Amino acid sequence: MIELENVSKTFTLHNQGAAVIEVLTDVSFSIKPGECVALTGASGAGKSTLMRMIYGNYKAQSGAIKVGGVDLVTAAPRQIIQLRREHLGYVSQFLRVVPRVPTLDVVAEPLLALGTPEDQAKARAATLLSDLNIPQGLWGLSPTTFSGGEQQRVNIARGFAHTYPAMLLDEPTASLDPKNREVVLQLIEQAKARGAAIAGIFHDAAARDRVCDREIDVTCFTPVAAA
Amino acid sequence: MRDTALLSVRGLAKHYGAHIGCTDVTFDLFPGEVMGIVGESGSGKSTLLNCLAGHLDPDHGEVFFDTRAEGLRDTIQMSEPGRRMLGRTDWAFVHQHARDGLRMGVSAGGNVGERLMAVGARNYADIRTQAEDWLQRVEIDTTRIDDRPTTFSGGMQQRLQIARNLVTGPRLVFMDEPTGGLDVSVQARLLDLLRGLVRNMGLSAIIVTHDLAVVRLLADRLMVMKSGRVVEAGLTDQVLDDPQHPYTQLLVSSVLQV
Repeated sequence: MIELENVSKTFTLHNQGAAVIEVLTDVSFSIKPGECVALTGASGAGKSTLMRMIYGNYKAQSGAIKVGGVDLVTAAPRQIIQLRREHLGYVSQFLRVVPRVPTLDVVAEPLLALGTPEDQAKARAATLLSDLNIPQGLWGLSPTTFSGGEQQRVNIARGFAHTYPAMLLDEPTASLDPKNREVVLQLIEQAKARGAAIAGIFHDAAARDRVCDREIDVTCFTPVAAA
Repeated sequence: MRDTALLSVRGLAKHYGAHIGCTDVTFDLFPGEVMGIVGESGSGKSTLLNCLAGHLDPDHGEVFFDTRAEGLRDTIQMSEPGRRMLGRTDWAFVHQHARDGLRMGVSAGGNVGERLMAVGARNYADIRTQAEDWLQRVEIDTTRIDDRPTTFSGGMQQRLQIARNLVTGPRLVFMDEPTGGLDVSVQARLLDLLRGLVRNMGLSAIIVTHDLAVVRLLADRLMVMKSGRVVEAGLTDQVLDDPQHPYTQLLVSSVLQV
């Protein structure tokens, strides 16, 4: 479902003397449906960079990144948008929303974008929010004023609203209490059970051991000169 | 996925004497897509928008629009009445200053109804009902329907301008700094409104702005302009998170973090 072939990434900082930073080189791996793979490596090794390349918001210099048959390195913006809408979900560490939009709508939005009827989309959003212990009294408010942990749970609810066949999870259990952490791990297990291919960054070793089938150490893709 | 572009622009250029307004602009906009054009003042983004919308005559290039009746037509070669008809039906233009897009001496309801009448609506009761419906959609109290826009706040005027533009169900909306000059809480409300309208009506839109936060929330795609040329184009979050061109890197790194 997710396939990377000889992918490399460099950043060129034009306004800092055109410094060229080689971050990753010759990345090749694939993730099958129903499989959850942990990306590991020390901070700065390029885990998040790799994940953003798979999502398409970082541009790879060479190679191919295929998700559901679409190559994100060469695809047109509208193909990537369609891929993200239907096939590729991403739970980032930060919630980015239009201010003023109620939490329930924020969570239902990925489903509405797919054309799901509003009542069904909102029902699904309500289920996720109550599973993740967001008090119902907050659903009508914008999440911009919520605590960090609440925002993260809203972000997770939004990320799991649609049953994407491929998912990227950036520290989904960070800063969660044990009860909510358990809910998130169950969501990940359910996604795997329905056949989603998942790549994740988990600093929480116990969570990683529980949901991940194998680990890929990103350090082995770090260019030798930079290491 | 449909492969016919709604708007297809090839080699568009506009010069002001020896000065380049915009040059060598080529892109396709597909149905349902929202494209942002960013760049600093004087980068040519408004010139480009006005050339696309038929408000300025470009010196070179073609602007093909997928018309309902006749398929792809070059709007630059089109007759003036033909282009004006497009401007009243399939196209809409939201100006930065609402007073440029509204008739200030006519009531709010009249501003919305006028566009309907321009495309042939004649039943007064229907027109008024539609005007009321649109005032509600843009969150203007319908008791204000007979008031003139001069009595409205800046944010209300902008929302009224949007209602006036969208009432005829256009397929392509041009917006020039739609949130410029509004205070931030009003901007947020307008952004939310625009996003909902774009999704529910399946609109395509081209939004000129210098506000990167606005394009991140509204636009699927982004074009970055500098000195009249497009220096970078792509998926909005890719251009903002991993800018490739020196100018885009400078632009993105210059934004104050809140």
